[in-house]
Amino acid sequence: MAPVVRFDQICKQFGPVKANDGVSFSISRGSIHGVIGENGAGKSTLMSILYGYYQADSGSIWLGGQPARIRNSQDAIGHGVGMVHQHFMLVERFSVLENVMLGVEGSALLGRSFKAAERKLREIGQRYALEVDPLARVDQLSVGAQQRVEILKLIFRGAEILILDEPTAVLTPQEADALFAILRLFRDQGKTIILITHKLHEIFAVTDRVTVMRAGRVVGEVDTASSSREALAQLMVGRQVDSNLARSASAAGPIVFQAEHLTLRGGPGVKLLDDLSFAVHAGEIVAIAGVSGNGQSELLEVLSGMRLVSEGALRFLGQPLPGAGRADADGLPAWFRALGIAHAPEDRQAEGLVEDFTVMLNCALGQQHRFCRGPLLDQQALLVHAQDIIADFDVRPAQPQLRAGLLSGGNQQKLVLGREIASAPKMILVGQPTRGVDIGSIETIHRRLLALRDHGIAIILVSVELDEIRALADRILVLCGGRITGELASAEFDTTRIGLMMGGVESRAEAGMA
Amino acid sequence: MNQSAEASTLATVVTPQTLPGWAAHLLLPLFNLLSALLVAGLVILLLGEPPLDSLRILINSAFLNAEGLGYTLYYASTFIFTGLAVAIALQAGLFNIGGEGQMYIGGLGLTVVILSFDHALPGWLMIPLAVLAAALFGAAWAFLPGYLQARRGSHIVVTTIMFNFIAASVMNYIIVSHLVPPGQQATSSRPFAPSAWLPRLNEWIPTLGQTPLNISFLMALAALGLYALAVWRTPWGYGLRAVGLNPKAAHYAGVSIKGSIVGAMMVSGALAGLAAVNSEMGSGHYLTLNFPSGFGFIGIAVALMGRSHPLGILLSALLFGGLIQGGFDLSLEKPNIPPETFIFIQGLIILFCGALENLYAPALSSLINRFSARRRRLA
Repeated sequence: MAPVVRFDQICKQFGPVKANDGVSFSISRGSIHGVIGENGAGKSTLMSILYGYYQADSGSIWLGGQPARIRNSQDAIGHGVGMVHQHFMLVERFSVLENVMLGVEGSALLGRSFKAAERKLREIGQRYALEVDPLARVDQLSVGAQQRVEILKLIFRGAEILILDEPTAVLTPQEADALFAILRLFRDQGKTIILITHKLHEIFAVTDRVTVMRAGRVVGEVDTASSSREALAQLMVGRQVDSNLARSASAAGPIVFQAEHLTLRGGPGVKLLDDLSFAVHAGEIVAIAGVSGNGQSELLEVLSGMRLVSEGALRFLGQPLPGAGRADADGLPAWFRALGIAHAPEDRQAEGLVEDFTVMLNCALGQQHRFCRGPLLDQQALLVHAQDIIADFDVRPAQPQLRAGLLSGGNQQKLVLGREIASAPKMILVGQPTRGVDIGSIETIHRRLLALRDHGIAIILVSVELDEIRALADRILVLCGGRITGELASAEFDTTRIGLMMGGVESRAEAGMA
Repeated sequence: MNQSAEASTLATVVTPQTLPGWAAHLLLPLFNLLSALLVAGLVILLLGEPPLDSLRILINSAFLNAEGLGYTLYYASTFIFTGLAVAIALQAGLFNIGGEGQMYIGGLGLTVVILSFDHALPGWLMIPLAVLAAALFGAAWAFLPGYLQARRGSHIVVTTIMFNFIAASVMNYIIVSHLVPPGQQATSSRPFAPSAWLPRLNEWIPTLGQTPLNISFLMALAALGLYALAVWRTPWGYGLRAVGLNPKAAHYAGVSIKGSIVGAMMVSGALAGLAAVNSEMGSGHYLTLNFPSGFGFIGIAVALMGRSHPLGILLSALLFGGLIQGGFDLSLEKPNIPPETFIFIQGLIILFCGALENLYAPALSSLINRFSARRRRLA
């Protein structure tokens, strides 16, 4: 039988970058096919070509044994190809039904087709265990349910081949398991799933076969069952990877930072952070775990001075942090920095960098006043500082005059982290340090954070990757809905338990949980 | 929801077509300018005059003839200041449409000081004092829109437009009711005493003839240099550009957004105020009703076309100065071409260089890509 999808020598170039360089492989019907690779390996480009978002420069796509021309997403859907994006494409204030109908209304008056659509939707929901109430409003659904709506939308439109782009980034471990169960059901009913991911454990959890990409090429294709994590990781990175970092026992010192009943209001009746009390010691990594969007970003903003606390107190080295009596946080981060609080933000592109500045200027961001000679910026000092960071953190390419926006995600992250560490802080806030970063750089970044800890720096780490938290944290706080729903020492690490806490099941009392 | 958190792998793939610097900063504006001239040429053809001959007259009178060049530089001096005013605000991400009003009020500032002291103070003291007053009045007039933007979020475009109208009304009242000497018909103040006159450059370069080109041209060149230094070489300019390019990152870095907005607007207003010096103290020697006559607005076109770069601002100020001078002579020589032609060509340039700025970018980019691909293959 002809494969359901066959890529034949696909090439796609963006400027000087060969995103896809002669990619060829096949996907057989009724299978879950993983596509794994580091950021920038070309997975997303390839899928965008399959989905009609880009046109390949050369090469062809074969669907069910026939060459297919896919010029846009309508063509793709016409061929039964549907894609679930990382960011949901949903109108939040519409109902599930309205969202599903959007674009395929069918008639000028909605009444009749709505009824028919609702019936069909319920039928699909039952058949594939995609339980979502068609009449519920999307913004009232959980993230996992919103993702199911996205999938429903595609099935409703007759998709036979589903592409999922990093679908678990926004899910708790339990929600991810539920999603995988749905995917298996799809497969058993003859549909084909293409799962794009950079997480090895997902490949082993759910796929039948996996294609490994690196630098725009296919570097390996194996049956999942006959492969191993180590083998795939090595294929992805192109060299041996040491995934287990040696770490010394924590030698936590005195309290550096303390939050007492910290509350942040987002509007009347909305508490983004709800009565948080915790302390961070010198030489300790405290990890904030949780599904993204549960207050982690706001916590980092408050702790770095980017946002004012609504209630509660923040103490740093025994002194209250400035901010009281201010109308807003304009300029406040400068004071926090001066006290020794560094911050490598979650969203490095939007917050941590000015992408239109050169690498050199970005290396001084937040510390620009330290590089003055008279009233002018000391270009030489800026350059030396940038070269130090570039050399120390192996930022590539090593060109201080390059526009920072042209660096890859991993190198941008190394720049930001390098800059913040170079400011010799007493405490550093680190948000999602390895998001979108290749495995090789992850190792470097983790080593640097552990070294920093061993030097007696207090570290607050926000991460949605439990593997990362397991590798780094001395203590774990779990946030859900802006509240601390659990606290664990690193020795007590347990994915199931953390997953439950992430889902809002409190376990401070420990009753019956452990 | 933390929307921006998951850097979408798709989004990172969708980069805009990027052009190399020389293409973006030289070729693109050149194509835009040529397109504007092409359309202008077509219209001149429709008016029944030969376009190429008209272009020759225009260039001759604006740049090749010494006296014409003097006038071109004289107009350009004003345009450099109004262009810089717009450019510095743009660096902070603010679109200051209020240059016209700020220039007008700047003119009031210098007039008040001059009318008070011109018979008492010598020129070397009178002139700097008046120049300073122009800058201060302009800055003060721009302060309020800046403050409202920073504190109240009132959009700077809306407030500065409104402040132009307020400035016009206020000036109308002040000039007509307080500054026109009794018995005078013209709506202008009394003439300034010679101590407040700016030295003209034809005192040193006689070939310039009877042109009002004065030392404010040199001041304008100095302002260009200071602008470059302040924006690209000081921590203040660093913060300003960070606010303009990425306010989130600027806030993260501890730069005060509100301080930057108010600061940028005041410097912008001061520069617009300084634009009043050229015509008031260098040519007419009195404050007259509606003296900015749209030169504040042309600053917008100058800054946009010059891409807020000092050299670009200089070149586009020269272009617009030349258009006024050359367009005026053209309408004298060609009776079918009305004097308003300048405004028409100016509009075309703004259309092509501002609104349709990136019209040719995709084509140019693919052309360059194809060319460099071929070169790579050959190499």
